[in-house]
Amino acid sequence: MMNMMMKKISVLVTTLLAIQATVTIAHSAAATRLTGAGATFPYPLYSKWFFEYQKRNPEAEINYQSIGSGGGIRQFTEGTIDFGASDAPMTDEQLAKLAQPAFHIPTVLGAVVLTYHVPGTSTGLKLTPDVLADIFLGKLTKWNDPRLTKLNPGVSFPDTPILVAHRSDGSGTTGIFTDYLSKVSPEWKKKVGQGTAVKWPVGLGGKGNEGVTGLVKQTPGAIGYVELIYAENSKLPYASVQNAAGHFTLPSMKSVSAAAAGALKTMPGDFRVSITNPPGKDSYPISGFTYLLVHQTVSGAKGRTLVEFLEWAVSDGQKLAEPLSYAPLPHSLAKKVEATIKKIQVK
Amino acid sequence: MRRTQPSALSQLVEITYKRRRLVTRAMMIVLIAAFLVATVPLFSVFFHVVRQGLPALNMDFFTHLPAPVGEAGGGLANALLGTIILVVLASVIGIPWGVVIGIFLSEYGKSRFAALVRFSVDMLASIPSIVIGLFVYALVVIPMKRFSGLAGGLALGILMVPTIARTTEEILKLIPVHIREAGLGLGVPRWKMILFIIVRGSMGAIATGVILSVARVAGETAPLLFTALSSRFWFGGLDQPIASLPVQIFNYAISPFEEWQSQAWGGALVLILFVFVTNIITRLALRRAHGSGQS
Amino acid sequence: MKIIRKRRDIHHGDRYFYFLLKGLASGLPLLLFLIAAFLLKASWPTINEFGAAFLFTQDWDPVGEHFGVLAFAFGTIVSSLIAIAIGAPLSIFTALFLTELASSRVAKVAGFLVEMLAAIPSVVYGLWGIFVLAPILRIHVEPFLGKTLGFLPLFQGPPYGVGMLAAGIVLAIMIIPTITSVSREVFRSVPQSYREAAMALGATRWEVMRIAVLKTGSTGILGAVILGLGRALGETMAVTMVIGNRADISASLFSPAQTMSSVIANEYAEATSATHVAALLEIGLVLFLLTFIVNSLARVFVWRASLGRSAR
Repeated sequence: MMNMMMKKISVLVTTLLAIQATVTIAHSAAATRLTGAGATFPYPLYSKWFFEYQKRNPEAEINYQSIGSGGGIRQFTEGTIDFGASDAPMTDEQLAKLAQPAFHIPTVLGAVVLTYHVPGTSTGLKLTPDVLADIFLGKLTKWNDPRLTKLNPGVSFPDTPILVAHRSDGSGTTGIFTDYLSKVSPEWKKKVGQGTAVKWPVGLGGKGNEGVTGLVKQTPGAIGYVELIYAENSKLPYASVQNAAGHFTLPSMKSVSAAAAGALKTMPGDFRVSITNPPGKDSYPISGFTYLLVHQTVSGAKGRTLVEFLEWAVSDGQKLAEPLSYAPLPHSLAKKVEATIKKIQVK
Repeated sequence: MRRTQPSALSQLVEITYKRRRLVTRAMMIVLIAAFLVATVPLFSVFFHVVRQGLPALNMDFFTHLPAPVGEAGGGLANALLGTIILVVLASVIGIPWGVVIGIFLSEYGKSRFAALVRFSVDMLASIPSIVIGLFVYALVVIPMKRFSGLAGGLALGILMVPTIARTTEEILKLIPVHIREAGLGLGVPRWKMILFIIVRGSMGAIATGVILSVARVAGETAPLLFTALSSRFWFGGLDQPIASLPVQIFNYAISPFEEWQSQAWGGALVLILFVFVTNIITRLALRRAHGSGQS
Repeated sequence: MKIIRKRRDIHHGDRYFYFLLKGLASGLPLLLFLIAAFLLKASWPTINEFGAAFLFTQDWDPVGEHFGVLAFAFGTIVSSLIAIAIGAPLSIFTALFLTELASSRVAKVAGFLVEMLAAIPSVVYGLWGIFVLAPILRIHVEPFLGKTLGFLPLFQGPPYGVGMLAAGIVLAIMIIPTITSVSREVFRSVPQSYREAAMALGATRWEVMRIAVLKTGSTGILGAVILGLGRALGETMAVTMVIGNRADISASLFSPAQTMSSVIANEYAEATSATHVAALLEIGLVLFLLTFIVNSLARVFVWRASLGRSAR
């Protein structure tokens, strides 16, 4: 009885493996497989990019796993992946630990938005930097706090607690957000500081942009920070934030591009730059570049595929950014980035 | 009112007896209620997984690769196959090793060394699976410079060893001494006696233990996070990252996208059906093979 | 001559066979040793840097590079204790129901149902926890507890749904099959004569259970509960998905927390500084030692209850 069953099971497994084998062979006669991992911030765009790129170049199988920018930096340093991705540029200390030198390749710009789930308040939340900092410091705890109602006349806030959602993993989104908070709030800078993972004064932790958006969506009364497209895709509202010039701006491709425009003049050669809280009345204050981390010398078919992909991404690929609410690289910058990509040596 | 000689004592006995009976009756209800409450989660999980998972199961689910973020369609076919491959790989490592250790413990289990092995089996069974993941990451992923199916299969294989070793030992110990003695008395070498009389005779029962531990390992997520990682593509070799159903369910479950959440439920339904069906089939088979089923 | 040669053959064959088995079996203690050695070596930087303070600080600050395990140890232990508080009585009563009350036919089916709870994968419990349990807790249970028992610090604060309570409940469900099946074995091993003796003294059905079964099996039950505790301490996925992932020590059961295993799952692949990585591995080491101790303890109890058989 048992033996019969075992036989049947083994036959089944063998058949499945055979099917798998044929599928694999048919699929990947000459596939070049690359593995990258890191930022969740640009993941919606990257997954689209790799999908579209494979349509054009069927042999290029680029597997991207969104494990967080911290993970991108760490695994790139450990050498377990072919390229990393991060929205927080690597620090000098982190760069020093790399076995081989690497380039930061900026790919697009994105906004970190404050998305919220407040019953009865579907749109139009306005936030000032100090209110925002106090919410995340845990000092402002109720939605109907006078400071919020004064800022948002006409909005009826419920008498419920503010539930803060933040990242539980190492994150470039956190890097950008805490960079901004450190610039606008001395108290934040002193108590918490800036980094891809920080010690949060309050709130719930979610894994990845996906996880934080999921928490906000699941939890009435929640507010969290995520990349713009995550809020849009999940049909969650997001707040307009008062910028350095005193204007309330909504995150959008335009307001992010405006923020980037200011940074272009001061852009260093390795592209590692912060563009949070920029001057200019149209700029959205919490945004940043997102980068791919690539070794300066790459080898073989893999290396070639990677370089070709990068060239495509900063040229034709940029057209896919806008539909997903990312801001494409400003033209002058794209030229500089292309020049850097040309510097990658393929052996 | 006066009755005939209702002594205070007997009255007390009467009252306490009534109370005792009441307590007993109440406790019986409590016991039944405890059982019912304990099974509520089972039915709740099953109900929700079926209700939300069934709509997600269509042809695409079983034949297509995942779609890009936020786009409709796509499936989990690569994760399904990935899980099968990981489980087969884990079995290749875990089953022979586990069974051999089980045989060793049951047949040569009295030495001090055997006590050490038995202790290791117990301890390995109690180590959180995530710690095994950490270990395999350092052992395989870092030196190979690659997340890989191999690493994932190894992690799962290690997890299988203690359960299989333990069930094998227990099953073999059930074989009466006189059978062993009869074998040895006939002049059969001990190793032949063990392999061809004892092990062969318990094949069915051992297989049951093995299948149950395979089913358990198929649902493991934590040890795969740092080893197999995941992949958007079909299986591309054992030295490549590989998708698996549990990891995909995890990634989709915490996402905000309804399409993905729905596929997470679909994946959970497939996983649960697999586990339940293997459990039921093996138990029934065992029961039929051994008359009365003692699991 | 022939006989002697044959005998030697037997010995040779047996010896090779024995060494083969022994060789493969010795791989297991070696593996255990390697895991322990790896954890110790990999966490050496933080052991050196923070010493015993690591165990007693709750600070977990990757920016300032201050690390301590206390908040996670708190999360692990408290969520497991909630699980025991809910799961142990349920399991023990269920085991009593199965061995003492239910007919053998009912017990077979009912026992199977309880065992099936152990077959559901952790990640599926997590999924269910996020979408079914957490909303129930947030909308119904936590506001109710806050209103009625809100004077206790345990039930104060905003109802997140996910958090310590949710983790404790999911863990309770996951340890029910463990405690139930071991308790069942313990009750079965109580000699029938004890029950008969109690009955002969005029004990009611419940009194028989209390005096003859529960009291006799108390050591074994304790073992079963500790075994359940061991399982709860190491559980990862389901807890990570529902506990809210926040390194904090709070008196309220509603508030988010984080366990030792969930912080590893969340941060290990992405910790960037060497100290952070070592700190996470030291948490792995602490977790390893904790489950080691708890499970050894459980085994002592279960064995003492003269349950020579499986302790799972």
